[in-house]
Amino acid sequence: MQAYTQKIREAARRLLSEKKVDVVIGFRKGTIPFMNEPFLARNAEQAAQLYWDGNCGINLANYVTKRTDRVAVVAKGCDTRNLVTHILENQIPRENLYILGVPCKGMLDKRRIAAELNGREANDVEESDGKVLVKGRGVELTLDRGEYLQDNCSICIHRNPVLYDELVGELVEEQTNVDRYADVRRVEAMDPGERWQYFEDLISTCVRCYACRNACPACYCPTCFVDESRPQWVGKTIDPTDTRTFHFLRAYHLAGRCTDCGSCERACPMGIKVRQFTKKLEKDVKELFGYEAGLSLDQRPALDAFQPDDPQAFIK
Amino acid sequence: MSEIYIAREKLPGIVEQWMGRYRLFGPVFQGQYHEFEQVKQPGAVDLDFVNTKLSPKGLFHPQAEKMFEFTLDKQNPEAGILKEIPRDYSERVILGIRPCDARAFVLDDVNFNTNDIKDPWWVRRRECSTLVGLACNDPCSTCFCTSVGGGPFDTAGLDVLLVDVGDGFVAQAVTPKGEDLLAGIQGDPMPGEAPQKIEDLKKAAEASLGKAFQVESFTQKNMLDLFSDPLWEEVQFSCINCGTCTFVCPTCWCFDIQDEVSEDKGARMRLWDACMFPLFTYHGSGHNPRGQKLQRVRQRFMHKLKYYPDKYGNGVACVGCGRCVKACPVNIDIRQVARLMSDGCVCPA
Repeated sequence: MQAYTQKIREAARRLLSEKKVDVVIGFRKGTIPFMNEPFLARNAEQAAQLYWDGNCGINLANYVTKRTDRVAVVAKGCDTRNLVTHILENQIPRENLYILGVPCKGMLDKRRIAAELNGREANDVEESDGKVLVKGRGVELTLDRGEYLQDNCSICIHRNPVLYDELVGELVEEQTNVDRYADVRRVEAMDPGERWQYFEDLISTCVRCYACRNACPACYCPTCFVDESRPQWVGKTIDPTDTRTFHFLRAYHLAGRCTDCGSCERACPMGIKVRQFTKKLEKDVKELFGYEAGLSLDQRPALDAFQPDDPQAFIK
Repeated sequence: MSEIYIAREKLPGIVEQWMGRYRLFGPVFQGQYHEFEQVKQPGAVDLDFVNTKLSPKGLFHPQAEKMFEFTLDKQNPEAGILKEIPRDYSERVILGIRPCDARAFVLDDVNFNTNDIKDPWWVRRRECSTLVGLACNDPCSTCFCTSVGGGPFDTAGLDVLLVDVGDGFVAQAVTPKGEDLLAGIQGDPMPGEAPQKIEDLKKAAEASLGKAFQVESFTQKNMLDLFSDPLWEEVQFSCINCGTCTFVCPTCWCFDIQDEVSEDKGARMRLWDACMFPLFTYHGSGHNPRGQKLQRVRQRFMHKLKYYPDKYGNGVACVGCGRCVKACPVNIDIRQVARLMSDGCVCPA
């Protein structure tokens, strides 16, 4: 991780001092364990603040949307897939982007690690050689890094950047023997009543802060449907009808666009597993159209192009 | 004010006793974190907690509250008349509230309960509640109450303060309401070392907190200078403009009022709102005075740390609970913002 940080700083310093880009978007070290802050470096001097470790789960493609300057962005596998999606959806021109690709080893799941601490607080976290060393008041834990990755990272098969101008490290081996849709199949196997209840329980603690939506690079509508006031489509209460409407619609807006970066789930202050919605749609789009979002600039997104061999006949 | 000792094993019995007389609210573990809720089983109250994920403000200012109901049926002589929804104002005890959160209610009172304007629901809920606080022996690293005028053993807003002294709790009455509550309890003999223990715990807790920043170093600055400082450019970059910080905050009191109508029946709702949302300031004309993220981010911090102290002379509108620090998805840390407001930032043009 330290090696990545050094490479990121060097590249950023070079790009900024040679005026190849106007700004570099990356992370700086957070003020608390398991958190880093998205950061905009505007000059070579500030490049020294850039930082990388297993707590960079927020998707930085979210910060380049509609930018008009020349931007270098530090991007792990999923972030680059969202950059591809952004380019395809005209959110930023390719020529304005300089992608500092980060071969990713997965991001840490702060909630699962917190659960191991049994209410005690972590003051310091270090990662090395596949281990996570967590230190806190009266506690010191050494965990196997691979066992404490975010859910999306543990089933990720696109850890390497799919599009980049420069890499900050050697490409990593992609995971192969992973079951990407075990969760979805479990829900699919439920009977309708059981499934309804599953989703009701899932979102029962939602406070409608919209962190999931706002952390998502694919949510960039100038005015989100939940913020429309004339007419107002969705109530602002925490009544299950309103909360449900928000989550269902949010998920459908991401069909064929979600890269399963997990930013939404990471951002949720209540720890709601919001990927349970988007993952099903990801699976459907893959099965119906053979499309995975953000893998190639040469393929139109499944839901914005018609192919004569599309499986559903009603549209023909 | 009286003081009694409650042996640890006696507490559940007292909780049960209170449950017989009052509605009892307390921290209950929810699987991932604690939240305040009405306690149905005495054993559900878990005082071995750091703090709840959401602040207890919802007990006084619910996130979504039906205020009135009405009918639009023209045949009905009461068409269009707002009917207040009955509320339960029977006496209640809120057990295990942290000093920071209790202090937040005092800060919020300036909005809901003034000489001129009284929010009837806030006022009556405050009146029917007895707050039994739990001193923080072991504040967490995101806590900074002592930097904003509070303290881990502060009694502001509380009726009773409980201090965990190991084998039991010392309960100190703070108000006559607290006296009344304790009068109904059979205490145990106070251990001789308890007063010294409390002093030591308090000192240790305060020492662990230290000072994250000096409030005066920004409250005394010129408002317009702070408003136009380039620091906001720096602070706002990472913000994703969700409402998390405002929703977890015990002193964020802003709300929206909306009518929800279905056929000829309607309800007037009061709903938490957040200055982070563009809709918060969106005018009927289509103009939005805080249309940019920077303006919204600045508003939240300036309201807490500058406008509130300027307006009320009551200190900053932050109690240092640190919930926003923990919950912000992108690690915007109000302590860091306060330091930037103090020192100015080395912000590039």
